[in-house]
Amino acid sequence: MGRYFLSVVRRDLTLAARRRSDWLTALFFFVMVSSLFPLGVGPEPELLKRIGPGVLWVAATLASLLSLSRLFEDDHRDGSLEQMVLSPASTVLLVLGKAMAHWLVYGIPLLLMAPVLGIQFNLSWDAIAVLVFSLLLGTPILSLLGAAGAALTLGLRGGGVLLTLLILPLYVPALIFGAGAVDGVMAGTGAEANLSLLGAFLLVSFLVAPWIAAASLRVSLE
Amino acid sequence: MNFYHYASPTTFYRLAGKAIPWAAWTAGILAVLGLYIGFFVAPTDFQQGEAYRIIFIHVPAAWMGMLIYLVMAFWGAIGLAFNARLPFMLMRALAPTGAILTFVALWTGAVWGKPMWGAWWVWDARLTSTLILLFLYIGTLALWSAIEDVKRSDRAGALLTLIGVVNVPIILFSVVWWNTLHQGSTVGVSHAPKMAATMLQGLLLMTAAAWLYAIAATLVRVRRIILERERKTEWVRELLEKET
Repeated sequence: MGRYFLSVVRRDLTLAARRRSDWLTALFFFVMVSSLFPLGVGPEPELLKRIGPGVLWVAATLASLLSLSRLFEDDHRDGSLEQMVLSPASTVLLVLGKAMAHWLVYGIPLLLMAPVLGIQFNLSWDAIAVLVFSLLLGTPILSLLGAAGAALTLGLRGGGVLLTLLILPLYVPALIFGAGAVDGVMAGTGAEANLSLLGAFLLVSFLVAPWIAAASLRVSLE
Repeated sequence: MNFYHYASPTTFYRLAGKAIPWAAWTAGILAVLGLYIGFFVAPTDFQQGEAYRIIFIHVPAAWMGMLIYLVMAFWGAIGLAFNARLPFMLMRALAPTGAILTFVALWTGAVWGKPMWGAWWVWDARLTSTLILLFLYIGTLALWSAIEDVKRSDRAGALLTLIGVVNVPIILFSVVWWNTLHQGSTVGVSHAPKMAATMLQGLLLMTAAAWLYAIAATLVRVRRIILERERKTEWVRELLEKET
């Protein structure tokens, strides 16, 4: 069981390592979207500090969605996905492995880039630390829920935009708790409450999303 | 009476045909009564003046908008669990009514908010969560229309609604939490004054009317869906021959 999971993760990581442009695109999308906001709203440090956490979180959700539309697509096109679903190994584990690999490839770079963007938005070091921690808890949620959406829209025309429409409303709690944690630190009320809620939401997503995604994969491949 | 008798589209088609006039007429009569009480009998509110009367449309629409999503999830789960066709058809028939009522709730809320709060839109917790509910409806409708294969699109919609329904309480809670954190000075509706008895009567009548309207609209729509999907069967051909 564990070996199957690990081999799915290792396979996706190898594929990602051979196609670096994929995850670099998502990362630079994150950087560029966040950098557009100061150009749009003006460079006042106080204003940027105020909107920074929210902007970075919204940009992170969009960047993760951008990459999620391809989560199953390539394997679907060459037929390997069908074989993996047909195999006796659990589809839930397959989905979990793919979501895990997606998080490692797309989530971790966001975490590493977030402090740099935080400095651009004039956030304090405390706020940046909480921002990174909230992304650490929050980006797996994006990968898990997004995997369900990607399974539902597999192979559809305009699947990417459709995926956004389906999944963005479900991201709302992660966005609120994540950006709220950073706001809490900056306002002096502490981040613990929001971070705990974010962790709870991660657990719920972990318990629900892989099963729905596995069922969706089976429906989509029929 | 065997309940499962009506689980087949053929028999349900006839049952729905008989039930529609009842539901529609009762909805109409209740709505007329409710609106009469709401607009002519119920006293003017001492704080909100005449503008409060929009709640007779707003509140039932908002309630039904939320309820219909739950009912959709219920039918979706039944359809997936028992691998039946009719629940999915019901689910599809419910969604447009739910989306329309949610939209009506948002719209009437905006119209009410303008004189009360001085703004068409405020990021109040209820408004925001209703907006997200509308997004969930739109997502489901978009998914359905994107998938051509009926079987796949039915199941995909059911799964999406299931994940949505797990999320709805979390979204609701998170929005309330977000609202209390970000906005200290919003005018809340939660501390509204106690209602006069006639107001409550009007509201209950309108709520019953909204229920029956939703049932009638859903049944009309489900009959169309049944005809469309069963168009190649013998009984539909006989039915059409009889009618033409």
